[in-house]
Amino acid sequence: MIKVIQPGFFTTIQDTGRFGYRDKGVPVCGCMDNYSASMANSLLENDETDAVMEITMTGPKLEFQTSSFFSVTGADMSPELNGSPVNSYEVHKVNEGDILSFGKLMNGFRSYLAVKGGFQTEIKLGSRSFYKPVTDKNRIKERMEISIEEFKEFSPKISHIIPEARHKEHELLVYQGPEYNILKADQLKLLFNTKFTIAKENNRMAYQLEELIAGHAHKMLTSATLPGTVQLTPAGKLIILMRDGQTTGGYPRVLQLATKSIAILSQKKFGDKISLHPLGR
Amino acid sequence: MIEWPNEVSEAILYDILDFAESFKLDFKDALNWELVPSYNSLTLINRNKSIEFSKIRFQIEECYKNRKVGGTPQRYLWKLPVCYDLEFGIDLEEVSRNLGKRIEEIIKAHTEHIYTVYGIGFLPGFMYLGGLPGELETPRKSVPRLSVPKGSVGLAGKQTGIYPQESPGGWNIIGNCPIALFNVNLAKPCFVSVGDQIQFYAVTRAEYDLHKIETEVGIYNLDKIKLDD
Repeated sequence: MIKVIQPGFFTTIQDTGRFGYRDKGVPVCGCMDNYSASMANSLLENDETDAVMEITMTGPKLEFQTSSFFSVTGADMSPELNGSPVNSYEVHKVNEGDILSFGKLMNGFRSYLAVKGGFQTEIKLGSRSFYKPVTDKNRIKERMEISIEEFKEFSPKISHIIPEARHKEHELLVYQGPEYNILKADQLKLLFNTKFTIAKENNRMAYQLEELIAGHAHKMLTSATLPGTVQLTPAGKLIILMRDGQTTGGYPRVLQLATKSIAILSQKKFGDKISLHPLGR
Repeated sequence: MIEWPNEVSEAILYDILDFAESFKLDFKDALNWELVPSYNSLTLINRNKSIEFSKIRFQIEECYKNRKVGGTPQRYLWKLPVCYDLEFGIDLEEVSRNLGKRIEEIIKAHTEHIYTVYGIGFLPGFMYLGGLPGELETPRKSVPRLSVPKGSVGLAGKQTGIYPQESPGGWNIIGNCPIALFNVNLAKPCFVSVGDQIQFYAVTRAEYDLHKIETEVGIYNLDKIKLDD
């Protein structure tokens, strides 16, 4: 068991997401930066589908009530075990009563905490990923207790790795979306030559971009959207749907982010800059 | 994604659903695919990391050519109770003024018509219903509400629908449906499928309360009629 002493700004349990309910309007959910999350799991030799804790901006304070092993990846939030700094991208042993806390956000926006065997929260529609009302909770709360398995012994094959400095990347690779052809020359020029700023409106559902491009009057029938779909509103605002994003939408889908770029965008916060780079079809 | 002509038509919707059914039968790895039908499109999503696009495109084209016309699975007409009391229908009076119709006329028109489910999305269990009579077309509210109660039945433009959970929204609320459209604890969390039809019927406040309790304890019998028999 892990006891939540402080929950942090927005901390959830996530795995690789839900499959098979999109036609009923249920978003995919799952880790925003699935690359970092899978690193956290693989260090502990967990299954790729084991649930991890996704920590946004400021970290929680957690008390281990079971001996276990953990790793932290993604954004650097200055993790500390019993008050002493510990390295990210490294396997650490914890005993009953140990306290894991986080400090200053040094880079990125989302950290991933994995424990050996994964977090054992309820499985709803094939996934442990928090998404209200599919799961009872939309984030961890103070005093909540989260089940984990007990591990006393574990000799990892790889005890630490040196991560790629992905948080420094700001170029997002994009494919043409289904309504790409509505874009006119001036819109395309802005789209691929602007350093866009991440707007205040950014969360697990969608990231909005601050700078506008020219609007449009294109009317379309509602159709499916995916994580990484870039919508263009009539006013010229760009909205990038993320893992909790709606499954259908009525705004033109002008671009589609490559999977790797969704992970990179997930580490961006309000005010950060990104640019869009076209990939061949 | 596969697109059909850009129109709202039942013929197109059923052609999409015929094809989706053929796809599920023809493709050996159908369980690795999610199919999202909506109005004039079908989006196919594979759970594996990579697929051979040109090969799959060819298979899809063959599958479409050989589709079984009329192969859409059994469709149902669901009859859903709605309480149109002003307590729930908080915009009924305004809609009545805007449309120049008495509230009873609005309720009559809303319950007389049968709506087709052209898509499910936006929120879990949210149905995009087509077939709203022109006499009920009314613009969205200029300022959306921060919170619309679960079950609210709304009108907006050419659309009518039910909010399956509490959410922000800009539709004109004319009533409330006590039946849960999405229940995560059921094997089939959403009883409606794209291609089904919906008809509303008016209930009193007392009947509403009864149906609400029946739904909550799981003994409400959904009123459904098989289509195409």
